[in-house]
Amino acid sequence: MTVTRRYRFSASHRLHNPALSEEANRAVYGKCNNPLGHGHDYILEVSVRGPVDQETGRVLDPARLDRLVRDRVLAALDHRDLNAVMPDLRGAPPTSENLLALIWQRLEQGWPEAFTPDRRLLRLRLRETRRNSFEMMEEEQE
Amino acid sequence: MRITRRAEFSASHFCRRADWSDEQNRAVYGEAANPLGHGHNWVVEVTLEGEPDPVTGMVVDLKALKEILQREVVEPMDHRFLNHEVPPFDRVVPTAENVAREIWRRLEPRVNGPRRRLHAVRVYETEDYFVDCEGAPA
Repeated sequence: MTVTRRYRFSASHRLHNPALSEEANRAVYGKCNNPLGHGHDYILEVSVRGPVDQETGRVLDPARLDRLVRDRVLAALDHRDLNAVMPDLRGAPPTSENLLALIWQRLEQGWPEAFTPDRRLLRLRLRETRRNSFEMMEEEQE
Repeated sequence: MRITRRAEFSASHFCRRADWSDEQNRAVYGEAANPLGHGHNWVVEVTLEGEPDPVTGMVVDLKALKEILQREVVEPMDHRFLNHEVPPFDRVVPTAENVAREIWRRLEPRVNGPRRRLHAVRVYETEDYFVDCEGAPA
């Protein structure tokens, strides 16, 4: 059984890679390269797979997942400038792809405190706008 | 090929075990343990997997699927208090997980056929919380 919980955060970013020229950045990232940045209302879906606990009838305690996501992800990203948060990503531009990898890593770090190993982080989906969403699966992790 | 049909019902429930104290129930289920119950607009997405019939070009007759969903899920559960009116939820705590398992049990024998089988039952308890049941519950 898989349980999915949806979270929201709002953040600004500018897609820019300092390793590229100004011109190349504009060509690659287009409007998203605007020096003053822009923002999104992100929606993050966190999916956890595991057995249904016989006693509780649930895969997990949603309050526990809420705490983990709030402490490890939302506190760091909500109403932040992602370019400032992204030192975690060692200068990689704050694309949703890179952001997802960062979120995965942060959740993974807090996982053992929150859940037993038979509850697994199965999938993250990040919706940047109504038209763009990004997905990362467990099997993509090394 | 997979085909998904959605159905909705509104129903109240609470989550508590009769063999636990109030405190225990409160600690595990939080607000949902209130024995007076609360309601949700439940959304069910049923996904079948199979090959289109060579004559009709369809994996399943959606009208027939709609009627099965109506009869097995919507009619018995819509505007009901799950714990009091919809067995087995007088004995089984109606968490989203258990609601999905019960819907799987009700649908599987009625939708499976030589060319198709039930692939997934997704139950949204709220817009921000849903479960996927993929495979027969233990």
